[in-house]
Amino acid sequence: MKSNSISDLGFGTLGLVGHLGRVALFLGHIGRVTVQRPYRIRRLVNEVFDAGVLSLAIVCLSGATVGAVLGLQGYTTLSRFGAAGSLGAVVGLSLVRELGPVLTALLVTGRAGSAMAAEIASMVTTGQIDGLRMMSIDPVDFVVAPKALAMLFVLPMLSALFTSFGFFGGYVVGVELLGLDGGTYLSSMEGSIDFQDDVAQSLVKSLVFAALVGTIATYRGFHAEPTSAGVSAATTGTVVVASLSILLFDYVITALWSV
Amino acid sequence: MDGGPADEFRVRFDGVHLRRGERSVFDGLSCGFARAKINVVLGGSGAGKTTLLRLIGGLSRSDSGSVYVADEDVTHLSERQLFRTRSRIGMLFQGGALLDSMTIFENVALPLREHTQLSESEIAAEVSRRLDAVGLPGTESLYPRQLSGGMNRRAALARTIVTDPEIVLCDEPFSGLDPINVRRIEALLVDLNRRLGLTMIITSHHLASALRMADRIVFLVDGRAIAGTPEDLLRSTDQRVLEFLSADSDGPDPTRRSAPAAASAGHA
Repeated sequence: MKSNSISDLGFGTLGLVGHLGRVALFLGHIGRVTVQRPYRIRRLVNEVFDAGVLSLAIVCLSGATVGAVLGLQGYTTLSRFGAAGSLGAVVGLSLVRELGPVLTALLVTGRAGSAMAAEIASMVTTGQIDGLRMMSIDPVDFVVAPKALAMLFVLPMLSALFTSFGFFGGYVVGVELLGLDGGTYLSSMEGSIDFQDDVAQSLVKSLVFAALVGTIATYRGFHAEPTSAGVSAATTGTVVVASLSILLFDYVITALWSV
Repeated sequence: MDGGPADEFRVRFDGVHLRRGERSVFDGLSCGFARAKINVVLGGSGAGKTTLLRLIGGLSRSDSGSVYVADEDVTHLSERQLFRTRSRIGMLFQGGALLDSMTIFENVALPLREHTQLSESEIAAEVSRRLDAVGLPGTESLYPRQLSGGMNRRAALARTIVTDPEIVLCDEPFSGLDPINVRRIEALLVDLNRRLGLTMIITSHHLASALRMADRIVFLVDGRAIAGTPEDLLRSTDQRVLEFLSADSDGPDPTRRSAPAAASAGHA
């Protein structure tokens, strides 16, 4: 019984290490084909459109809603301490440092990451990936790399949009509905947000989350079982693993930034 | 029943073993596929016909033994080395495997854009010529989902042959097609072979077509191969071959029932 548990742990660890090794090789392959000719600019633009432009509505709407809720909750709480004038700072810092990059990454994982994984997995299932191989076209170069790279362009921009719409949502609730002075809201926000501590951290988080989502979605899709259950597993696996990774890495980056 | 000197074979299997879990797919498979001929691979479901094509293309690996493509053992080549070998090969997949995010034109043009220096106007002319050849003129702007199964198969055939590969692998090109489309694709394949001297390896359940078009038949059974001409197959006294032929001729498909008669009346 005891030796079984130990051997299970050993095999589990070996499996995890092997899996991480395969992810590293896959990432290396993506990196190599990205810097080699031919540069697939057109495919990259198409992927940026699919992952970015088609996510605009959900990101902007979510940003405005989250900002409005922050404005409402922040105003109620700050008013108890007579600090309603700091609402801009609360909304601004919450969005820039945490909610903007994290929620955007989670939204993009659900909207674009799962779609990427499903598309690649269905290409595996229908033989399209093998078809590319038989035409001597590297599927990682042709299919995977443009998708993974598109994430790096898309996520920071969407995160900035989410944050901006959040500012706007907070402003509408705090200033227009609850009667806070507009100048106070904006000056409080402007005075509290530091570029190096807050904006740069937000950008770094977005880039790291983009790399995570892009890698996990394409890896899961590319290594899917060639069955309909495999497509489903790749999609749900992407959402679960990417979401957990985003939250874990959010903590790690925040902790490292605070040192 | 087998025959032919080894140097006549463009593709050759030598003692190939392959297991999938508990099941043995190939148990010392040794056979050859003749140069510039139509080689048809017959066998029941699960006999390993598709796997055989995947081994030739390097999409699957055997447990042991060698697969020679144009005298090169492909069993131990890396993925990058295989790209060079695959440039000699065109493969028609059972489902077509056209890229569904691209139009028919873009699909057929893809190998030309990737591997040649042709201008866009030359590529357009070549694609148009190939689509005409497979009976699909005017479908350039359509997407694969807008075509029927048979039309998809023909578009995929146009993509397979657009770079003039010397070896063409076709996985069940007739499955799920009506008799008219079966005849149409059959005629296309025969024409390509006779005109361009391509080495063709075609897997099929379709005995009538196999007997009509094959120069050489490789019959897969029990993980091994029985190979010879169609006449050899019809004269075979091997019980497993006889069972396959009689089961097929007893089937409900009238085109299949007439196959042995058609074949013995003098096919190619």
